[in-house]
Amino acid sequence: MNQASLKITPLNAAHRALGARMVDFAGWDMPLHYGSQVEEHHSVRRAAGMFDVSHMLAVDLRGPDARPFLRRLLANDVARLTKPGKALYSCMLNNEGGVLDDLIAYFMAEDWFRLVVNAGTAERDAGWIDAQRRAVAPRLEQAARRDLAMIAVQGPRARQITAGVLPQAAGALGSLAHFQAAECGDLFVARTGYTGEDGCEIMLPAGRAAMVWESLLGAGVAPAGLGARDTLRLEAGMNLYGQDMNETVSPLESGLAWTVVLQTDRDFIGKEALAARPVERQLTGFVLTDRGVMRSHQPVRAGDGRGEITSGGFGPTLNRSIALGRVPQAVRPGDDIEVEVRGKWLRAKAVKPPFVRNGKVLV
Amino acid sequence: MTTPDNLKYTESHEWVKQESDGTVTVGITFHAQEMLGDVVFIDNPAVGRKLKQGEECGVIESVKAAADIYAPVSGEVVAANAALADAPETVNKEPYAAWMFRLKPANAGEIQSLLDAAAYQKIADAEKQ
Repeated sequence: MNQASLKITPLNAAHRALGARMVDFAGWDMPLHYGSQVEEHHSVRRAAGMFDVSHMLAVDLRGPDARPFLRRLLANDVARLTKPGKALYSCMLNNEGGVLDDLIAYFMAEDWFRLVVNAGTAERDAGWIDAQRRAVAPRLEQAARRDLAMIAVQGPRARQITAGVLPQAAGALGSLAHFQAAECGDLFVARTGYTGEDGCEIMLPAGRAAMVWESLLGAGVAPAGLGARDTLRLEAGMNLYGQDMNETVSPLESGLAWTVVLQTDRDFIGKEALAARPVERQLTGFVLTDRGVMRSHQPVRAGDGRGEITSGGFGPTLNRSIALGRVPQAVRPGDDIEVEVRGKWLRAKAVKPPFVRNGKVLV
Repeated sequence: MTTPDNLKYTESHEWVKQESDGTVTVGITFHAQEMLGDVVFIDNPAVGRKLKQGEECGVIESVKAAADIYAPVSGEVVAANAALADAPETVNKEPYAAWMFRLKPANAGEIQSLLDAAAYQKIADAEKQ
C-alpha cells in the first residue's frame, strides 16, 4: 500500500512534528517510535506515556435491545455489567467458535453500550455486528464513531497527570475503579489500557485531540509508539489479535477461557461449536534461558509435543526475551521447553503470564 | 557524521576499519542501527573462526527484528567485542565505536573492493526513500 492511501488519525501531524518513525499498521499511518522504543517502554512502567489509539474504533449500540443483543453477540456475558460505566473484556466469535476479534464492552446505560474494537478488524467487525443486528435486533441503532479520537495515557503517574491537564475529567480520574468508564462532558474517560500499568483511555472529539495531546506532552507525558505498545502488552501477558488468536482458533486455546461464560442457559454465537470442540492446546508464556530473542512463528518443542511461538520479543523490563506460544495442554509452568531460534534450539521455561504487572516482575 | 570518510563499507551495512597492525575491525553503520531500532542482543563469531567474504557470521537482534552480520572480507576472527553482551545499546549510541569483531584478512585485495563512504551513503539514502 502506498503512503498516500494510508488512513491518518487526528494526531498524525503531531507525530510527525515529534519526528516519529511512521509505519503502515493495518492501513493506518502510525508512529512506531519517537526515537527509542525501549525508553518509551520504561516511561510507561516508571511514570507516564501516551499512545494515539485513534485507529481503534468505538461502536455505539443504542436502544432497549442492546443488552440482550450483546449477550448473544459476545462470548463473555454482559449480564456481569450491572453498574453503569463498568467495562468487560470479551471475544466476539464466529459460528465455528473462532475469534473474530477481542474488544472491550462498556455499559453506559441500559440503552447504550459502547464497544471498542481493533483497527485491523474494524470494518469486518462493523459488518458482522450489523448483520447480526439486522437479523435479531433491527431496531437497535449502531454507530461507528470515527468522529472520536482516542488517547491512552498509561503508567503509575498517568491518571494524576491527566487529571491536571483535563480538569473536567479530574473527578472521574480520581474515583474510577479499574475497568470502569465515565462521561465527562464531551470526554469519555475509562480506566483501561493495554500495558499492565494503571492509566486511562480518553475518547474525545477528533478536533480536540491535538490540543489535549500537546497539553499532556507539556505536563511530562512521554509519547510512545506501537513498538513500546507491543513490548508492554507482551510483558503484561495480553494477547494481540491476529497474532495470538484469530478467526481459526478457539478462545479456549488462546488463554481466554476466563472470558468465555459457557455454563449458562444463554445462547451466544459460537457456543455450540466451542462445546463440541475438544481443547487440545493452550496459550502460555515462555522466558528464554539461553541468549537470543524469540519471535512469532518459531517452532516449540515440549517433550513429545510440538507448538509455536505466537508473540515473541524482548521484554525491556525483564531485560530478556519472553513470548506467548500455543503448545499442548500437558505443558505446565516451570517445564523446560525448547524454541528454534534462527536454526538453533534454545532453552526456555514455561511460565504463567503475566510477566510484569504494575511495574513488578512476576516471573 | 553518519558515514565517516576513513572507513570502508559493505552493501549489507557493515563498516570496516583498517588497523595499523593489518587487521580490520567490523561493526554496523549508523544507518543500519537506525533501521533496526533499539539493539538488545548480539551474537558474535567465535575467535579463531575462519570466514569467507560474504559469509553469515553473526546476528544482531533489535526489539523489532533480527539482522544477519556478514563477513566483509575473508579472514580469521582474532577478537570479538565481549562488552556488547552487557551493553548492546552502545551499537545505537555509538555505532562506530561499538565494534563487533576483528579479522585478520586472508586477502588484502578484498579490502579494496569495499565501498567508500560516498558510495555507501548513496545506498543508505536510497533505502530511506
